[in-house]
Amino acid sequence: MPSNGRRRSTQTSGEPIVIVGGGIAGQALCELLRERDPSVPIVLVSAEEHPPYDRVNLAELLVGDGGIEALRLRPDEWYADQSIELRLGKRVESLDTIERRIELEDGSGIAYRALALATGSQPLMPPIPGIDKGGVLPYRYPSDTSAIAAAAESAEHAAVIGGGLLGLEAARGIQARGCSVTVVHLMDRLMERQLDSSAAGLLAPAMEELGIDVQLERQTEEIFGNGRVEGLRFAGGDELRAELVVVSVGIRPEVTLADLAGIDCNRGVIVDDRMCTSEEAIVAVGECAEHRGTVYGIVAPIYEQVKVAADTLLGREGEDYTGSVPWTKLKVAEVDLVAVGNVEGDGGASTLDPSTRTYRKLVTRGGRACGVILLGNTRGTEGLLEAVRTEELIQDPLARLAESAEAGPEDLPDAAQVCDCNGVCKGDIVAAVRDQGLTGKQEVMAVTRAGTGCGSCKPLVAELVQIVGGGGEESRYLCACAKQTREQLAAEISEHGYQAVSEVSEACGTGRDCGLCKPALAYLVSEINDNRHREERGARHINDRVHANIQNDGTFSVVPRMRGGVTTPDQLRRIADAAERYEVRMVKVTGAQRIDLLGVKKEDLPSVWRDIGMPSGHAYAKALRHVKSCVGTDFCRFGIGDSTKLAIEMEERWEGLHTPAKVKCGVSGCPRNCAEATVKDIGAVAVEGGWQVVIGGAAGATVRKADVLTTAETPEQALEAATAFLQYYREHGEYKERTYDFVPRIGLERIREEVLGEDSGARLRERFRLAKAAAAARDPWLERDKPYHPSQFTELGTAGGDGESVVGPPEGAAVALVGPPQGAEL
Amino acid sequence: MITVHGRPIALFRAASGWFALDNTCTHQGGPLANGILSEESVACPLHERRFELSTGRPIGHDCGAVASYPVEVRDGAVFLGVPVARAQEGGAA
Repeated sequence: MPSNGRRRSTQTSGEPIVIVGGGIAGQALCELLRERDPSVPIVLVSAEEHPPYDRVNLAELLVGDGGIEALRLRPDEWYADQSIELRLGKRVESLDTIERRIELEDGSGIAYRALALATGSQPLMPPIPGIDKGGVLPYRYPSDTSAIAAAAESAEHAAVIGGGLLGLEAARGIQARGCSVTVVHLMDRLMERQLDSSAAGLLAPAMEELGIDVQLERQTEEIFGNGRVEGLRFAGGDELRAELVVVSVGIRPEVTLADLAGIDCNRGVIVDDRMCTSEEAIVAVGECAEHRGTVYGIVAPIYEQVKVAADTLLGREGEDYTGSVPWTKLKVAEVDLVAVGNVEGDGGASTLDPSTRTYRKLVTRGGRACGVILLGNTRGTEGLLEAVRTEELIQDPLARLAESAEAGPEDLPDAAQVCDCNGVCKGDIVAAVRDQGLTGKQEVMAVTRAGTGCGSCKPLVAELVQIVGGGGEESRYLCACAKQTREQLAAEISEHGYQAVSEVSEACGTGRDCGLCKPALAYLVSEINDNRHREERGARHINDRVHANIQNDGTFSVVPRMRGGVTTPDQLRRIADAAERYEVRMVKVTGAQRIDLLGVKKEDLPSVWRDIGMPSGHAYAKALRHVKSCVGTDFCRFGIGDSTKLAIEMEERWEGLHTPAKVKCGVSGCPRNCAEATVKDIGAVAVEGGWQVVIGGAAGATVRKADVLTTAETPEQALEAATAFLQYYREHGEYKERTYDFVPRIGLERIREEVLGEDSGARLRERFRLAKAAAAARDPWLERDKPYHPSQFTELGTAGGDGESVVGPPEGAAVALVGPPQGAEL
Repeated sequence: MITVHGRPIALFRAASGWFALDNTCTHQGGPLANGILSEESVACPLHERRFELSTGRPIGHDCGAVASYPVEVRDGAVFLGVPVARAQEGGAA
């Protein structure tokens, strides 16, 4: 073992600092070196083809269809801007510590002044017979995720050997691709390194709900199959059929290069407290390094190590690295999990709540904090992490746990480190918001660099920005000028029986200053009065004044109602005729399975509606937009339910009612989900035995998978549950708040209580019926014959030159246009 | 909205009186006549850029002011003052 205080690397002029390995550690080292020395030449050599990417979130490539680009840590330009040379796709073949030179596989060589080994790990492929069959894949590199994703498409069933962090991630990704999967694990509980049996016990039902089968205490003895895998055989004789097997049993540090070069290695490359190896001028960081007997397999210690390694490489003094408290913060099976330190201790306390699936445990050893597990409720993570780091003396573990559960970010002291990767403390963030007046999370992240490393502190950063910016519990104002919240205004409107926006403005001052909240107010007034309010069009956005979508050139788009995406030849003819007659610029099929006529002039709207003779599709409104459908039992050979029928019924039942934000729906006839119902605000999917009703999905700028509200036996029951939710959303959503924000904000449990409860659900449906009754009679496009206002669709006219007369005076005043007096100038 | 000598002008009747502004929003050309009124301002329907009704000055953005025109109500009629090109030298009528 090298001793501390070893002679620093001698600085030879000109040669660069070379980093071998383009993973998270390599990238972090680039960033820190450049930050500390703007001029030292840096070369990053990586055997991987891709520039450094976020391996922590590799699962995203499995679950989604995005490419590796989405995980890039820095764009290409950054390396050029920072004068960092990248040599990608080149393995380092040899390392000459005497000459201080590396040789790459293409024969080229690089001389270095100092070198960093950041070669990471290789996935363990245990010597199980059959491990080399086709379809047996590791899970470490982007190429692995592509192979797994492709195999998942055609496999009947998949198996993941290894129920640790990565194995569960792989299973989740496979399942998301529509392939059934079983996780087989040697131990008697999942993630045994991070979780105790109670926590692991909570994870099991969560995995099951996701459709992932788990088999514990399974030792795989053989992988059988003819060339390609067909199944696993376990000790004891049991078998499991599988056409895809992912091996995720662990990683081993990649030390080949160091070993061959004569550098001391054990499991990893041995380093001292300055991250220096047995070879002067060479450091090692990350998963390949072994410090005081420990090799870390998670990302958190990397940033601490890199700080010290950078100093060593630059020949500077600095603090020693004394080891890291391992911690991870992640989502497993959609459940938040924080695991810190050592879960084996001799004391501590825990709280377990199976109904909310939360588990919190503080582990102590000798009366001092040594480990933490937080499952489901991760409040107070930072404080507890600090407690373990400082080996805090804990008098009463239960009280300490409870206290941390109450703690919010506002309780953190300014010196508390929020972002470990970049060393940003709470005080820095507070200063950014207060002194620089930054208001958005993105801005604060860009300026302070908080949240730009591993990203796990982003929610905390967002919370702090909100708290500091709002000066306390953030109130969301309906009218920011008058600082009135929706709740306050709703109470006033109910109490005083206001029927119109102007009455509210008169009384509360809302809507007077900038006017931008008037549409929100109009929705509130209409909703509270069950649509029996006094409509004031002046309070509405132009789209709701003329029932069409204003385009960027001042013309409008017309989208007739086409329920469930089903139309008739007659409708198509009428639409086609109108399109020609009014010379619309474009006829387009929308994503909502209906047809859009674009470029209609405001004054032509009533005639277009008349000619088409179909009701409004509300494509412009904060209302139910559409219900997308796929053909179900009507035609489809896979159909389990009549999805088109349900979709049309749903659209009929809900059309015309305004909502806090647009509502897009979908109904699929079987779990293949061709109508994409699971990324809709409200969706239904036919499953064996009934219909699954889902809520809060989205597939726009935000993509969110909808939550399951309930599974109903009949389409009527499904529609009832969905209707109750729609009404609940109408009554409690903030204006412009889509369901994908609303559902997590309120919480699925609370929503289920209110919406599925027998009484509460019935009351919601009753209120919905009341509101609908008032709205139902009014297809807004019928205003073609009975305009709300004589000049609703007109411009006033022209004057000067051609002397045309004026059309429609506003509000009863007579308007005459008279030219200027002879020869006068204005 | 009124077109005078080829120039689109938005005419507003607010609680505090009549106002007239160039109809074309200085941000991206949206029609201010279709905007949302408040007591002192109008917000463009395209991207909510606001302008002071009495002066056309921008509120909360730097895309520039819109021209404003004097409006008078006399004997139950509304008069709008619009600059015209200088009359021809020596021209009559």
